[in-house]
Amino acid sequence: MSESATSTFVYVTYIRTTPERLWSALTDPAQMPAYWFGVQITSAWKPGAPWQMAYPDGKVTDAGTILEMEPPKRLRLQWQHQLRPELKQEGVAECLLELEPVGQSVRLTVTHSIAQPQSQLIQAVSGGWPKILSNLKSLLETGEIVLETAAAKAG
Amino acid sequence: MVAHRGNDQDAVFKALADASRRTLLDRLRQRNGQTLGELCDGLQMTRQAVAKHLGILRQANLVAWRREGRERLHFINPVPIHEIAERWLRRFELPQLEALAQLKQKLEGEEP
Repeated sequence: MSESATSTFVYVTYIRTTPERLWSALTDPAQMPAYWFGVQITSAWKPGAPWQMAYPDGKVTDAGTILEMEPPKRLRLQWQHQLRPELKQEGVAECLLELEPVGQSVRLTVTHSIAQPQSQLIQAVSGGWPKILSNLKSLLETGEIVLETAAAKAG
Repeated sequence: MVAHRGNDQDAVFKALADASRRTLLDRLRQRNGQTLGELCDGLQMTRQAVAKHLGILRQANLVAWRREGRERLHFINPVPIHEIAERWLRRFELPQLEALAQLKQKLEGEEP
């Protein structure tokens, strides 16, 4: 099967908010550390522009290029991990974020894939995405983060 | 299609209450992104039954699918299970529970 050559994970969550607010939370560096373990993505936010994700001390964890951007619907990123050599050497992954209004909510689908069988990167992000999405949901629906460890790590 | 509410976990528990559906999730955990045909392979279930179970898992947001060419690939979505774990587990000592789970796996010889 074609599947065996790539590793893909798909994450779906429903957040009671508007696509615009969700888009803003996903792309605004000021909002990001609150739900994303203290990291911030900086970018000019236009197709072809580079992006990078870093801790407040400047340590870059991941970086890449914006492949597609259609606010507030679709964001496709080229994604390469920077910190752990064994993950970096797997090369470039792709991350697609899709926002779709469903009733009073927005369906957010994150598809992270890499052209590597049994990717360690995809394994590594698979632990992170559910926490990030869960934090994001709490933040947008109630204004606070449920997972205290995220805030603790950010400090 | 059911409008999913994030705090509505009834659908998740109902979906997980069935052994066949848990088997399907296990198979997706072993290999993510399978077609209906691949998921049916080696199971004592009709294709129709598997399709029905996948529909229930999808309504509970435990399975997502993507179209690739002519095929529909199914993916396990761990987000609702993570939310259930958060709801009860975060008040306890998560690292201790993880250590306990690892010990159990080691003693029982399961792979992690």
